[in-house]
Amino acid sequence: MVEPSMLQEYLLRLGDNGLILAQRLAEWSGKAPALEEDMALANVALDLLGQARLWLAYAAEIEGPDASEDTLAYLRDAPAFRNLLLVEQANGNYAETMARQFYFDVWHKLLLSGLARSHDERIAGIAAKAVKEVAYHGERSAGWVIRLGAGTALSHQRMQAAIDDLWPYTGEMFTADALDQALIAAGIACDPAALHAPWLEKVGATLDAAGLTLPAAKWMQSGGKQGRHSERLGYILAEMQFLPRAYPGAAW
Amino acid sequence: MYAQLVDTGETRVRGAEEMSAEEQAFQSRLDAGVKIEPRDWMPDPYRRTLVRQISQHAHSEVVGMLPEGNWITRAPSLKRKAILLAKVQDEGGHGMYLYSAAETLGASRDQMLDDLVAGRAKYSSIFNYPTLTWADIGAIGWLVDGAAIINQIPLCRCSYGPYARAMVRICKEESFHQRQGYDIMLALARGTAAQKAMAQDALNRWWWPAVMMHGPSDEASVHSAQSMQWKIKIHSNDELRQKFIDQTVPQADFLGLTVPDPALKWNEARGHYDIGPIDWDEFYAVIKGNGPCNRDRLKTRAQAWADGAWVREAAAAHAARTAQAAQPDLPQPSATQEP
Repeated sequence: MVEPSMLQEYLLRLGDNGLILAQRLAEWSGKAPALEEDMALANVALDLLGQARLWLAYAAEIEGPDASEDTLAYLRDAPAFRNLLLVEQANGNYAETMARQFYFDVWHKLLLSGLARSHDERIAGIAAKAVKEVAYHGERSAGWVIRLGAGTALSHQRMQAAIDDLWPYTGEMFTADALDQALIAAGIACDPAALHAPWLEKVGATLDAAGLTLPAAKWMQSGGKQGRHSERLGYILAEMQFLPRAYPGAAW
Repeated sequence: MYAQLVDTGETRVRGAEEMSAEEQAFQSRLDAGVKIEPRDWMPDPYRRTLVRQISQHAHSEVVGMLPEGNWITRAPSLKRKAILLAKVQDEGGHGMYLYSAAETLGASRDQMLDDLVAGRAKYSSIFNYPTLTWADIGAIGWLVDGAAIINQIPLCRCSYGPYARAMVRICKEESFHQRQGYDIMLALARGTAAQKAMAQDALNRWWWPAVMMHGPSDEASVHSAQSMQWKIKIHSNDELRQKFIDQTVPQADFLGLTVPDPALKWNEARGHYDIGPIDWDEFYAVIKGNGPCNRDRLKTRAQAWADGAWVREAAAAHAARTAQAAQPDLPQPSATQEP
């Protein structure tokens, strides 16, 4: 039996990923390596933010009439956020931003393709729309992994370092906890474990094409989906939530 | 105006008798309303002035991303965040159209960007003011984009084809920008007392800088006459400024906010608003680099450009190697390094 609170929790996992990654990408505004990249990063951020709003609006409806996409985005503290650790990692240099994006995009596309077949029609509808946007994100980030991996000696070294440093944050994308299991059994969620093989195949092929080495490290960090985050999330929220917190009850 | 004090190299307009036959023919085409296209003959000063004007305009769009970008991560609702993100993205797009228009005149985008970060190129004085509160995002859309539209709509009819066509696209987006700014102001003006005070404070700080955006008054504007003869400037600075003021004061009234000019008064006889004296010392100080944010803005742009150099080099190296693989006859590019 799937309780509404379980469905809501699952929707927060979906929505918070897009929200936090969009927030990170927006930090690049006006500072990207080229004007074309500024435009493209904003496009990806806008897509992810748009998707996050759809997931959070659905989650808010389950919570009740006083909740909205904004109360969920602006009035929860870090332990109530359900995003993956990967998306809250710092932008770093452009290789780090693109490696983070690449790992996420490949997984995100697989996830949404699965969710497009969800028995929950609303989830299926949002996923079917989002997957088209995300397919483009993945092509773009894979393109940068290859371009930087096979660019100059310096860019190769930076992209390899980024691929290695972010690797430990990829594990939790594929582990199903009790909540996932219950929703998978109900035909609502997509089994994350089933995404691992195709993800690894695509990541491996791209790294090969880029002349990069697939990391061998086995240890994986986890906790984001359960609300145990890195130190970074608190700062993201402090910045993002400042106005509604400073002016409680104001409409903007 | 996004291009202020554009140096034409000419402080007076030359009569037909001082022009070569080519220049006379060029001027007659302008007078007949013919658009000049990149392959057409044009006098060097016309070309140089346009490069200066269009690149200043492009730089203003790109530097203008910074004060508003400053609030994307802090926008107070997800809807406002999405709108602001899209707006700042549009400004980057405007920069791209304009750099492309300048490139049709033989300028290179990399050179123009180098000039910007080295402090050799100008951009609009308005972007050297800080965005201190969320209401500043509303004020920029309402006042700054409002002033820019008034300048830019006539430029859709300017004599240089690629510039005129870029302006048509830009103006469509700018009017959306202005509406979103006014919508932010409206929400604040109808909000709590603190929000209304925030809106009034933003108007107090942005009003005069916006009024100055149209550039020096006509009598102090030594290059205007030549630019007008070339039809790359259609109306005088003071005409544009008056239009902005006449349009904006009733909008401030509707918001219930007070324009910070005690001398502001409707002049029935003229059919326009009269305003108090403009502090041109402040304008020239900002133009000369002494605005509150000149150093920060340039430093940020220069830092972003320098930080991105290795990325651009890698992309170029990869593109060269891909082209080489597709066409083995091409000479091996020397800049590429094997990883």
